[in-house]
Amino acid sequence: MSFYFAIIGTKDNPIYECEFGTSKQGGDGIARWPEDQRPMNQFILHSALDIVEEVQWVQRELYLKTVDRFNNLMVSCFLSAGNIKFLLLHDTKIEDPIRQFFTDVHEVYIKTLMNPFYEVDMRITSMVFDARVRAAAKKYL
Amino acid sequence: MSNLNAPNSPFVPFSPNPSIQSGVPTATPPLSASKPAQLGSSNLRYASSRKSIYDRHLNRTQRSELSKASFAFLFGEMIQYAQKQVSGIQDLEKKLNIQGYAIGQRLLELLLYREGRSAKRETRVLGILQFIAQTLYRHLFGKPADGLEKSREHEDEYMLIDHDPVVNSHISVPKEMSQLNCAAFVAGIIEAVLDGSLFPCRVTAHSVFSEQFPSKTVFLIKFEESVLEREAVLQ
Repeated sequence: MSFYFAIIGTKDNPIYECEFGTSKQGGDGIARWPEDQRPMNQFILHSALDIVEEVQWVQRELYLKTVDRFNNLMVSCFLSAGNIKFLLLHDTKIEDPIRQFFTDVHEVYIKTLMNPFYEVDMRITSMVFDARVRAAAKKYL
Repeated sequence: MSNLNAPNSPFVPFSPNPSIQSGVPTATPPLSASKPAQLGSSNLRYASSRKSIYDRHLNRTQRSELSKASFAFLFGEMIQYAQKQVSGIQDLEKKLNIQGYAIGQRLLELLLYREGRSAKRETRVLGILQFIAQTLYRHLFGKPADGLEKSREHEDEYMLIDHDPVVNSHISVPKEMSQLNCAAFVAGIIEAVLDGSLFPCRVTAHSVFSEQFPSKTVFLIKFEESVLEREAVLQ
């Protein structure tokens, strides 16, 4: 199982991205996307944004569950109050661990936002943030 | 005969991981896992407490209050600072609005996070206005807003009423600047919350004469056309 995770800002601009593999069932946490699939991942998430924009007015939850499919891949979305989109591309249907992962990342994102030198839609380059996201991925996915 | 296990053996590649350096044949850790730790120790500068913003809990300051006097001093300085850079009253109000905007963007995320698992995004105009009048106002000033009205003349205008804004309580506006209302700062916070939840609008603060409440302020919220169109579809 491999994952591709991206945070999209309010102007549909990516502000953070990373990929990782599963750590459950003896996984080593390394993403194993085929080399020709990796650039496709960004396209798939980008095209899912249109569907997120439709769903977000029907559902009031933060966690929108699986919003889009592409072949055997699924896109799950978590939408924050300030319209920051957390998108995760995954190949197996697991709902609860993904919710927990999103909740953790959401909290770390808000902490980033509390930094007065960070502005909405800015790229997140903090290495502590990166480490926290990977730790959450290791814990739940 | 050189010993393979010696620390300076040429057969053991240098690694920051001490378990490898000691020469014990272990599996090489994956590159991606070792990279952040390596960079983190050399390039990052920490505060003296070794704590970053990520180590602080988001709910700790939930109930804490700020002294009104210190706020009044700070706010007075903020107005002075803004006043040095502008020529007219409208410009000054805009500067104050921008100062509040950054706070509103953060508060929106933070307040919804604090609602916990039951948190819901607001998708309707009335819902988000209630959120501002109740949740946001309670957090900022410890009381809900004094009123929320829909304009009779214009479909796209709403009015949020505050009988005695805290930010204005120690401010006396000179006669020649009677147009000025420093609650433009609060208007900026409200505008950021509405913009952030995808209800683009303009919020302005106006002083309204009233016998009972001398510093009564009305926040005029004027939504963009797209908001009303969407509202009609959702209904």
